[in-house]
Amino acid sequence: MEPLISITRERLDRDALVAAVSHASVGGIVVFEGVVRDNARGKQVRYLEYDVYPEMAVQQIGEIVAEAQRRWGVERVAVAHRVGRLEIGEASVIIVVASPHRGEAFEACRYIIDTLKTTVPIWKKEVATNGEEWVEG
Amino acid sequence: MNIRIRYFASLREITERSEETLTLPDGATVAALRDVLLAYYPRLQAVMGRAVCAVNHRYVALETVLHEGDEVVFIPPVGGGC
Repeated sequence: MEPLISITRERLDRDALVAAVSHASVGGIVVFEGVVRDNARGKQVRYLEYDVYPEMAVQQIGEIVAEAQRRWGVERVAVAHRVGRLEIGEASVIIVVASPHRGEAFEACRYIIDTLKTTVPIWKKEVATNGEEWVEG
Repeated sequence: MNIRIRYFASLREITERSEETLTLPDGATVAALRDVLLAYYPRLQAVMGRAVCAVNHRYVALETVLHEGDEVVFIPPVGGGC
């Protein structure tokens, strides 16, 4: 299947993403879900604001997924990233990789989230109790 | 030639706009555009030092020559995920 890649301002739907990659040939499904936490570098975080360069972000995620598919042969992948204002505990990103065997799914999922964080034009602003700043890296 | 520049994150807040079109001499490079922007918006200086550039959705080097209608985005360090 073609990878499912989405960037949305709406709440992420984990169940729908898992359902989208499920298939009779699949023996393991790995889900990574990134959530907003209430602290960062000693600050008390109130909420996060994500900004995105949408056209390029979708293209970059597509390249990362394609590389993961080349390396580990995983055929069924979904990546969804939420942008806009996110409250503590809400999911900012969900990556789902389904494959016949678990090893490839774990490896591919780990690669996708680690690479996404370094090359995809999505930015995060931490709004804390003592001010706000765009987080770099 | 006309170049479209889009601003995101800290650059959007500093320039107080999400995009604009600038007219540059033919053969201008990304570096030349950056210098023009720094003259318009001196407060971009710090973030520009940490930014990379994309032209038409591709990361490029500063020496890259621009062409009519190109879309340029200066990308500060990214922080997606969680």
